[in-house]
Amino acid sequence: MLLDVLRREGIDVPTLCDHPALEPNGACRLCMVEITKADWDGWKKSVTSCLYPVEDGLIVYTHSPEILEIRRNILDLYLARCPNSDLIQKMAEEHGVLKTSFETLPDGDNCIMCYACTRVCEVLGKCAISAVERGHKKVIASPMGDVPPDCIGCLSCAHICPTDVIPWQDKNGTRTIWNKSFELISCKKCGKKTITRDFADYLLSKRNIPANYFDICDDCKRKDLANKMGELVDGAQEVTL
Amino acid sequence: MRIDSFPKLVKWRKECGKEYTGRKRKVFVCLGEACLANGSQAVFDEFKKVLKKKKLADVPVEAAYKTGCHGFCSLGPLVILEPEGTFYTKVKPRDVEEIVEKTIVNGEHIDRLLYKDKETKERVPDHNHIPFYARQHRIALRNVGKIDPYRIEDYLAVGGYTAIAKALKDMTPQQVIDEVLKSGLRGRGGGGFSTGRKWATCAKVDDEPRYVICNGDEGDPGAFMDRTTMGSDPHSVLEGMMLCAYAVGSKQGYIYVREEYPLAVVTLQNAIDQARESGLLGENILGTDFSFDIKINRGGGAFVCGESSALMKSIAGEVGEPRAKYIRSVVKGLFDKPTVLNNVETFATVPQIIEHGSKWFAGIGTKKSTGTKVFSLAGKINNTGLVEVPMGITLKEIIYEIGGGIPKKRTFKAVQTGGPSGGCLPAEKLDLQVDFDTLTDAGSMMGSGGMIIMDDRTCMVEVARYFLNFLVMESCGKCVPCREGLYQLHKLCTKVCEGKGTMEDIDLMEKMSKTIQTASLCGLGQSGPNPLLSTLKYFRDEFVAHVKDKKCPGGVCRDLITFTITDECTGCMACVKACPVDAISGEKKKVHTIDQSLCTKCGSCFDVCNFDSVKIS
Repeated sequence: MLLDVLRREGIDVPTLCDHPALEPNGACRLCMVEITKADWDGWKKSVTSCLYPVEDGLIVYTHSPEILEIRRNILDLYLARCPNSDLIQKMAEEHGVLKTSFETLPDGDNCIMCYACTRVCEVLGKCAISAVERGHKKVIASPMGDVPPDCIGCLSCAHICPTDVIPWQDKNGTRTIWNKSFELISCKKCGKKTITRDFADYLLSKRNIPANYFDICDDCKRKDLANKMGELVDGAQEVTL
Repeated sequence: MRIDSFPKLVKWRKECGKEYTGRKRKVFVCLGEACLANGSQAVFDEFKKVLKKKKLADVPVEAAYKTGCHGFCSLGPLVILEPEGTFYTKVKPRDVEEIVEKTIVNGEHIDRLLYKDKETKERVPDHNHIPFYARQHRIALRNVGKIDPYRIEDYLAVGGYTAIAKALKDMTPQQVIDEVLKSGLRGRGGGGFSTGRKWATCAKVDDEPRYVICNGDEGDPGAFMDRTTMGSDPHSVLEGMMLCAYAVGSKQGYIYVREEYPLAVVTLQNAIDQARESGLLGENILGTDFSFDIKINRGGGAFVCGESSALMKSIAGEVGEPRAKYIRSVVKGLFDKPTVLNNVETFATVPQIIEHGSKWFAGIGTKKSTGTKVFSLAGKINNTGLVEVPMGITLKEIIYEIGGGIPKKRTFKAVQTGGPSGGCLPAEKLDLQVDFDTLTDAGSMMGSGGMIIMDDRTCMVEVARYFLNFLVMESCGKCVPCREGLYQLHKLCTKVCEGKGTMEDIDLMEKMSKTIQTASLCGLGQSGPNPLLSTLKYFRDEFVAHVKDKKCPGGVCRDLITFTITDECTGCMACVKACPVDAISGEKKKVHTIDQSLCTKCGSCFDVCNFDSVKIS
């Protein structure tokens, strides 16, 4: 896609919904650029670069006055919806929007509806959460607002969220997210909590990995490996002597 | 009976013709949605009963036909008697016996049931002399009101499935495409893209299978052209789809109908079943290599699913959200396969083009917008209903000559064309030609053909607010400009309606509209600000009046108006009775008064007053 090429060339194009792990969906509209071709008689077209397939001979304007105006107006709208988001405030400021022209949403949260959470959940093969309702009422939610049956507590949605709006908690060996509680696995060596039992079971069912893979935490595994390497080196030294 | 060869089809059509065309005396009772709501089913049943009882030699029970919508919905239930074309309006079951005795047996007219010309006040004996029908040129609606939509035999009798037989027998797929291309037919759903070019592109894509989709998700407020076509002449839609499938090499078609059209779903399903049974759908149609079948998908009531890419997602079982169409649907559409999507009216027109040739079709209408277009007239107009007129006709002709003008002799203010994506055109634009390009240049659009007529009691700011509200509710919410932008535009517009707006708000609305138009993902957002921009363009003074003078010239915005009764009041008590909150007091033959503290400004008193004594200020 065009955006990848622009990024490769080191051209700064702002985005909110783009993520390297996800298919582009064109929700935030900030990556809009103007394109034209030598034989288009000066006619220009505004496109979202994250969705536009690259073509030979394309002339791209990433910072034309029209495009900057669009980005300013979009950030203005974002600022009205998510007035308390640090990320939105920072981006808007960078584009010269210090204050929104509109009334801010009285009960607005910081969700910018970029769908990163639902998309990453889909990539993981779960689709535990999705966007519900339509238009301005659209929110990200679990099916029927209940405890999501398909959620495995992997935290992908919370970690990918650019504005950190998905709450979660790890406490007393239990993880809570989307009102669902999960048992956390303890490392058999050091006792540290690693991932949820459901996530481990899901990975074991999907990937060809040993059944005891999640018994020991990554840190302990590294330690073990280091010790093993040390023994080998010691042994080698002995042989040389 | 399975029809597996061309001669068998010809033979069958002849038999159907004997029954239908051979019958001189026919009684058509409209069973379209509007007439049904007015009780036409009972009228039809009564006809059956009376005819059975009378046992007339040349008018058996079968001569009573239940047809789809005739288009003249404001006068239903409608009954038409052929061959004279006697046109009876607002028929009640108790009129039936009289109609049979006087008109059918004795050939006399029943004056009170005849159509009364609003201008001349004269009764018109038959529909050919009613301006509403006389000025129309029906191609897509050719059979509407003339056949029983539940009988494939009737469709065959009036020449149905002639075009597909001609194509399969004498034409190559490329020839079908060329014919449609040469006819200049443009998509009737609103975009106005060349149908022939769409088909040609799809046919060239090297991928299989290909799909044909008929878009019957007509969602514009006040539009009901496709509902009528699907409900009254379903086979013409099927035949159009078959021709398309043959042209592009498709084996599977889908009709996407909105759930709110239950009658259309029933007639279409019935038509598909009949076509399948007789071998006109399915494997090896008419004994050729061509196989094609059609499935109905019902939409769940989302306006955005009328957008082609959202519609395809909906058929595939996904959430109906549009995608960016940088790769077109003809290349990657339904299930990521090449797909042709056309509107109901487009498909209903195609068989006529194949049957009569592209030259005939291109000769109708204007050079760049050929053929005819169906419009649904709604709002403040005398003849509410469906009309099909040649492209290039002026708005004035449609509204005044066919539509019969504005009721109660009020003044025309604006016409809204193209639904929520279109715009409002003022009286100065009444001489405008109706075709795709002229309307777009004027800041509105053809759209699917909805026309809402507004009189001087309409507030244009309120109209813009209404359409913005519609779009806010129907936006899918995927992209920011549409989801947040239209929401903010609606808020600003409401502020103006309440008299709290500023001139800066108007500038902000214009600025944001431009961004929404350029930056939105799909057509809904891109055209969303059109109703606002067109009203700002042609009725800016009304916006200014709301903002600066805190006045609503149309007398609609409740925060800005007061109703008063003048001394001319005759004391007829009409408004006293009409007032829902008992805010009007007064005695007979004495001037009434309105208690402003109770008045909810609903305008009921204004509407009922026959003496112009209620004033809005």
